[in-house]
Amino acid sequence: MDKPKTVKILKFNSKKCDGCLECEKACSKVHFKSDEGSEKSAIRILKDGNSYKMHVCDQRGLCIDMCPVGALTRRKNGVVWLDKETCIGCQACVGFCPIGAMRKSDVRIEPFKCISCGACVRACPNDALELVEVNIDDIREVVYHKQGAE
Amino acid sequence: MVEGQIPAEEYETGNTKHSWDIKKLKSKHKIISKYNYKKGEVQQGYANRTLYVNLSTGEIKEKKVTDDMKKKFTGGRGFGLKLLWDSIKPTTRWNSEENELIVTTGPLCGTTQYAGSGKSLCLTVSPSTDIVCDSNVGGFFGPYLKFAGFDAIEIQGKAKEDVVIVIDGEKGKITIETAPLEETNSHLVNEQLTHMYASEDTDKSRQKVSVVSAGKGAEHSYWGCLNFSFYDIRRKVCRMKQAGRGGLGTVLRDKKVKAVVAKVERFTGISNNPADPKTLAKVGTKLHKEIRDLDRQQCNMRAVGTVHLVEIMNEYDLLPTENYRFGSHKQAPKIFSPNFFKHFTKVIPDGCWHGCTMACAKTVDGFTVMTGPYKGQKATVDGPEYETVGCGSNMGLWNPRWILEFNFYCDTYGIDTISTGTAIAFYMEMYEYGILNKKRCSGLELKFGNFDAVMEFLHRMAKGDGSEFIKVASNGARRVKDWLIKNGWGDKQLIEDCGMESKGLEYSEYVTKESLAMQGGYGLTLKGPQHDEAWLIFMDMVNNAIPTFEDKAEALHYFPMWRTWFGLNGLCKLPWNDVEPANNAETDEPAKVPEHVQNYVDYQNAVTGWKVDKEELILQSERCYNWQRAMNVWMGRGRRKDDWIPYRSMGPVTEIEYVSRKDRYDEQLVEKLGLSKEKVGNMNVKDKMKILYSHRQNQYQKLADAVYYRRGWTQNGVPTPQKMKQLGMDNPEMLKMLQQKINEDEKAGLNVWGGKYVEVEKPPSNNPHYWEKWD
Repeated sequence: MDKPKTVKILKFNSKKCDGCLECEKACSKVHFKSDEGSEKSAIRILKDGNSYKMHVCDQRGLCIDMCPVGALTRRKNGVVWLDKETCIGCQACVGFCPIGAMRKSDVRIEPFKCISCGACVRACPNDALELVEVNIDDIREVVYHKQGAE
Repeated sequence: MVEGQIPAEEYETGNTKHSWDIKKLKSKHKIISKYNYKKGEVQQGYANRTLYVNLSTGEIKEKKVTDDMKKKFTGGRGFGLKLLWDSIKPTTRWNSEENELIVTTGPLCGTTQYAGSGKSLCLTVSPSTDIVCDSNVGGFFGPYLKFAGFDAIEIQGKAKEDVVIVIDGEKGKITIETAPLEETNSHLVNEQLTHMYASEDTDKSRQKVSVVSAGKGAEHSYWGCLNFSFYDIRRKVCRMKQAGRGGLGTVLRDKKVKAVVAKVERFTGISNNPADPKTLAKVGTKLHKEIRDLDRQQCNMRAVGTVHLVEIMNEYDLLPTENYRFGSHKQAPKIFSPNFFKHFTKVIPDGCWHGCTMACAKTVDGFTVMTGPYKGQKATVDGPEYETVGCGSNMGLWNPRWILEFNFYCDTYGIDTISTGTAIAFYMEMYEYGILNKKRCSGLELKFGNFDAVMEFLHRMAKGDGSEFIKVASNGARRVKDWLIKNGWGDKQLIEDCGMESKGLEYSEYVTKESLAMQGGYGLTLKGPQHDEAWLIFMDMVNNAIPTFEDKAEALHYFPMWRTWFGLNGLCKLPWNDVEPANNAETDEPAKVPEHVQNYVDYQNAVTGWKVDKEELILQSERCYNWQRAMNVWMGRGRRKDDWIPYRSMGPVTEIEYVSRKDRYDEQLVEKLGLSKEKVGNMNVKDKMKILYSHRQNQYQKLADAVYYRRGWTQNGVPTPQKMKQLGMDNPEMLKMLQQKINEDEKAGLNVWGGKYVEVEKPPSNNPHYWEKWD
C-alpha cells in the first residue's frame, strides 16, 4: 500500500477571527449532529488576550501507536482517523496527546478528533481558517519508548 | 521498529510461522457436554452470576451472585474464596476430585479507562502448600469471561481425556469438548485455539478470543502456572501472562483441561455499564497523563517494564544472588535493564489489558530458541519481568539470552519462573556443598551458572522423565528438603535454613535479611512468600520509617489489606505506586500514595454506584483476608508454626554471608545486643552467628506477636470469631470452627506469645484472651 506523503491541516489567521464560533458549531454538527460547538467540537477557538487562538489536532499521529485495538490509523489522505466502531474507549490517546487535541465529550465514551473535513473552513464568515497541505514526515511524532528521561 | 506509525497489519515479528490444519484439529473434537445460556448485560461491574462446570459429571450450571455475596466478598478473589468454601472440605488436596480451579474477575475488571484493570484472580488448593492459593494475572480472559456473562468460573471434577472448555459469549453457549490433537505447550495451543474459535479470519476477531492453558511442565511438576492469552494485533501473536504462584497449572492439567477459551461478540468502553462513566473517564485520563509525564523520570515502566528494578535491587544489596546468599554481584550489570531494552520491541502499546498505558508487558520478538524441542525456531518471549531476571541472578545466569531462554520455556511449559528459579538456586547451593552431586541429580551438574543443566532439567521434566531427582526436584524446594533429610544427606538445619520456601511455596526475588518488616511481609502471609501482600523493604530498611514493632505491625496490617483490595476488584497493583503524582512526597503518607487511593475510591464508586470511602476499601479487604486465613486454619494450617520462615531470609546462614556484611552484623551485636566492641572484635564468626541467629529468630516471633494482635488474631495466629463478627463475616459454621480451633490451641498451651520479652519490653497485651472483650 502506498503510504500517504502529505496531509491537510488547519491553518488559522487570528487577525481575521472575530470569535463568532461558527467553526465550532459546524464541527459539532459533523461529530454529534448538534450545533452546540464547545466541548462537542474538535476545533476550539480560545480567547488569547485581545485576540483568539485555535486549538486543534495537527495530524502528527503520535496517538496511532497508543491504540491497543488499532482504531487509530492514518488514512489514504494522510488524516489520522479514529474508527468509533473499533474504539474501546480507553482514553489512552486522550491522555497521551501532547497537545490535548484528542477530545472527549461527556455524551459518549469514544473520543473524537479533527478529520480535516473542512466544515469549519466553510462555516467561517471571515475566512480565518484554511486547510493547507504539509509533508507528513515534517510533522510526524512517535510515542516515546526510551530508556531514561532524556 | 523504531519509526512507529506502521499500520498494525504490516508489522512483522520475524517469528517462525506455523501452518496447522485447524479444521482437522476441530473435527476430532467430541462434545461431551453443552449448555445454552441467556446472554445478559453486565450491571455496574457485575454479571450477577457465576458459571459452574463439573468435568466428572458433565454438569454445567449458573449460580446467582447475591447482594449479600457482594457485600461480604466484594468480588474477584473474595468470590473465589466464597465459592471454594461452599465446595471443598478441610481435607481437600490439590488432586482431590472436589478441588476446584476458579477464575474470577471483580467489579472493576474489564474497565478500559483506568490503567491496570484487566486482572483475573485464580484460586485452588495448591499442591505446594495444601491450602488455598490465589494468583492474579493479566490477559483478556477475565474481562471476556465477564462480558460473556459470568463473574467467575468454577471448574470441579476431572475429565477422562484431554478437553477444552469453551465459553462462547457470542452464541451464549458453554461446551466441554475433547481436544485430542492440539498441542499442550502454551505458545502453540493458545495460537491453535485462538484461530479455531475466532469468528472470522481477521486479527480483530482473534483479539476477541482469550485462552487459558498450561504446558507439559505443569503436568509433571508442582510449579504449574496458568497462561492467559491476549492476542496482539500488531505482532499477530497470542501473547501471554502468567498466574504463576502455587501450582494452578498443575491443577488444570490434573483435571485434564488442555485449555479454557472465552470469546466475546464485541465490547466497548462501557461494557461494565458503570454508574458514572464521566467520572471514570476523568479519573482514568488523569492517570494516563500522569504516566505520560512522569513515568520516564520515575520507574520507566513504559520502556523496560519491571526490569528497571534489577539495578536498583543490586545497588541496595537486595538482588538475590546464588540462592539469596548475597544481595549484589559484580556480574549483575550484565543483566541490568539496558541489556534487555536492546532486545525489547518498541513503539507498541504493551498493556496486558486494553487501556493500560503503564504498558509493562514487554516482549522480545523473533527470539531464536537455543535448546530443547523448539531449538532453532523463532518465537516471541513475553518478558522477562524483574522476578524472572532475579531468578537468573539467583542461579548465576549472568546472560540476558540465557534468561530469555529460561523465560520462554518456563512460559510455554506452563511453569512458574519464580518457583522454578528459586528452587533450582537452592539445589545449586546444595550441589556446591556436596549435599547434591551429579549422581544424586540424575546426571545433571547443577552448579551455579550452569545454563545447560538448568535447561536440560526443564526439558527432562516436561518430557516426564522418571529419574528420582527430576521427579522430586520438580515438586519444589520443600519436597527436596524432605528428600535430602530422609536420605541423611547433609545437615538438617543447614538444609532447612537454606531452602527458600515457606508453607511449601518458594520465595519471590528479594533479599529480606536486613528488613524485619519484609520478613513478616513474606512469612505472615496467607498463601506463602510472595511480595504481593507487602513490600516494605525501603520503608523499613532504607528510610527507617517504621522503627517499632507496633509501626511494623501497622504496616503489616495496612499494606496487605490495601494490596488485597486490588485482587477483590480485578485490578493490577502497579498503577497504584509504580507511578506517583509529582507532589506525592509532600503528602502526609507518601507510602500510601493518597491521591491514588482517592482515585480508587472514586473509581469503585463510579463503576458500582456505591458511596464508599477509603476506610471501607480496607474493610472490604479485611473481610476476605480474615476469611482466607480462617480457611487455612480450617484446613489444618494458618497457625504460628505455619508462618515459619527459613533463616536464610532472616540472616546469614553461612560464614561467607556473615563475612560479606561483617561491619553491619558486628555493629548490630554492639548496638542492639549490648556486646562490647572489644568482645565482638575477639569473637570468632561462628559464635557471632549463633548470637545473631537467636536474636533475629526472637525478633521475628515478636513481630508475629505484634502483627497477630493488630490483625485481631489469637497468639497462635487464628482469626477470632469476635473479629469475624465485627467485620460482618457471621457464617455460623465458620465461627464455630474457629472457636473449636482456638479451644484446641488453648488446651495445647499454644495461646501464648512467641517472643521472649525481657526487662522493660512488653508483649502486645497482658490479657491472654484480649479478643473476648470485643464480644
